Amino acid sequence: MVATKSIKFLVVFVLALTSFTAFAQDDAVENNLVDSPDEIREYIAHHLKDSHDFHLYTDNASGTHYGFPLPVIVWTSNGLKTFMSSAFHHDDNGEVVVDKDGTKIVKYHTKLYELEEGAAALSFDEDHHPTNASKVIDFSITKSVFGMLLTGLLMLLGFGALARGYKKGNTIPKGFSRVLEPLVIYVRDEIARPNIGDKKYRKFMGFLLTVFFFILILNLLGLSPLGFNVTGQIAVTACLGIFTMIIYVFSGSKDFWAHTLWMPGVPKILRPVLAVIELIGFLIIKPFSLLVRLYANITAGHFVVMSLMALMITMKAAFGPVASTGVSLLLSIFIMFIEILVAFLQAFIFTMLSSLFIGMAVEEHDEH
Amino acid sequence: METLLNDFSVGLFFMQAFILLILIVLMRKFAWKPILDALQTREDGIQEALDSAEKAKLEMQNLTASNEKLLQEARLERDGMLKEAREMKDNMIATAKEEAQAQANAMIEQAQIAIEGEKNAAMAELKSHVAGLSLEIAEKVVRQELSNKDKQLALVDSMLADAKLN
Repeated sequence: MVATKSIKFLVVFVLALTSFTAFAQDDAVENNLVDSPDEIREYIAHHLKDSHDFHLYTDNASGTHYGFPLPVIVWTSNGLKTFMSSAFHHDDNGEVVVDKDGTKIVKYHTKLYELEEGAAALSFDEDHHPTNASKVIDFSITKSVFGMLLTGLLMLLGFGALARGYKKGNTIPKGFSRVLEPLVIYVRDEIARPNIGDKKYRKFMGFLLTVFFFILILNLLGLSPLGFNVTGQIAVTACLGIFTMIIYVFSGSKDFWAHTLWMPGVPKILRPVLAVIELIGFLIIKPFSLLVRLYANITAGHFVVMSLMALMITMKAAFGPVASTGVSLLLSIFIMFIEILVAFLQAFIFTMLSSLFIGMAVEEHDEH
Repeated sequence: METLLNDFSVGLFFMQAFILLILIVLMRKFAWKPILDALQTREDGIQEALDSAEKAKLEMQNLTASNEKLLQEARLERDGMLKEAREMKDNMIATAKEEAQAQANAMIEQAQIAIEGEKNAAMAELKSHVAGLSLEIAEKVVRQELSNKDKQLALVDSMLADAKLN
């Protein structure tokens, strides 16, 4: 039932996306359309990045943008500044300067810069790096932050309903909760329990369940036509990886530290070397593998899906509009199915590896 | 690597950390704890129900066995009682028979004694009667002898006939 629903949803969604692009293609007489390989590449790169407003699509013929602005919150040299992203008027090339109480802020390639004292416009060196502006710390409610808040809200609503159902005395959940309950049980019985152990798993369930559903919902939102790419933001996956690292470092048992820092059973002269290797492994390599795996999988997925959709434009000259659209549609649908699998798989792998690392850290060995 | 670092947004990192932390706290309090508790309670309940069903089954088996035993005992007891009753009945009948026999014998004996007595009495009476009758006849014969010899003889004959009838 749910499977057929999601397939229907998927088909509708793919059709919706392709129709947008197809529409653009029909009006290819205008020169400002996304229709050359370079422009497509840039469009995809732009999508993969975070953005400061919620942009659904742009009618290039009339130049109208559909979407809504999001709040910009930046920490500048003059303190905290807030304004709506509509102040940039959809500019991303550093041309529109927002003057907020004397602090001049520009947006260049989705990054916000603060212009230096006296500068009126952004200037670049030959590598297109801004020369007279400094990066600001950007706490804006960007599209990714918006996606995270939405996900958090969805989780609170969905699982809150499940929890309320139990509190009301329904031991068997009803409606959508019936879908959520097996997932919770799956995370508990297949991910946390076998890896952490029956005695200690309970303490980490809050983190593991939250991270699993957080990643899963964000991955799935990323596949929706809303164009989120939250789990494809390196900062987001880095944060998730570092959370896991902090948790297993701080819950490591005495045995774990003894084994890590002074490995028994090897010559004493090798022990410090091994300690360094183990420490690098636990503090850097493991979280890094977690964060890069998730980031790379999701980014690659988005890249491939968008490239396949773009096929209908790039192959139009060679195969004609019908054939190129058909091929693009078929391939996109195929990859979409794989991407749904990947969405689940990456959430599973992240949670699985997190619980595996936590399990390694909390394990208590018998005396050798 | 440079693009990776360039793409890394410190602000986004902090926002994510902040949101994730709050989300973990909220989800723990409002969702995971009640859900996991409820699941645990439900699983414990199921386990308990299974255990008690198993226990009930065992108890049932025990009960059937003890019922069977009780029934067996009752059957034995009944058989014993029946046997006892039968013996008692036989005894009673035998005793009654003996008693009746004894009584009958006693009664018969008594009757015989009484009959003997009666017979003796009757004999005595008959003897005295016969004696009286003989005397009477003798008297009458004597008287007749005195008048007519033939008549006297006839008289004796008739009287003897009468006496025979007696």
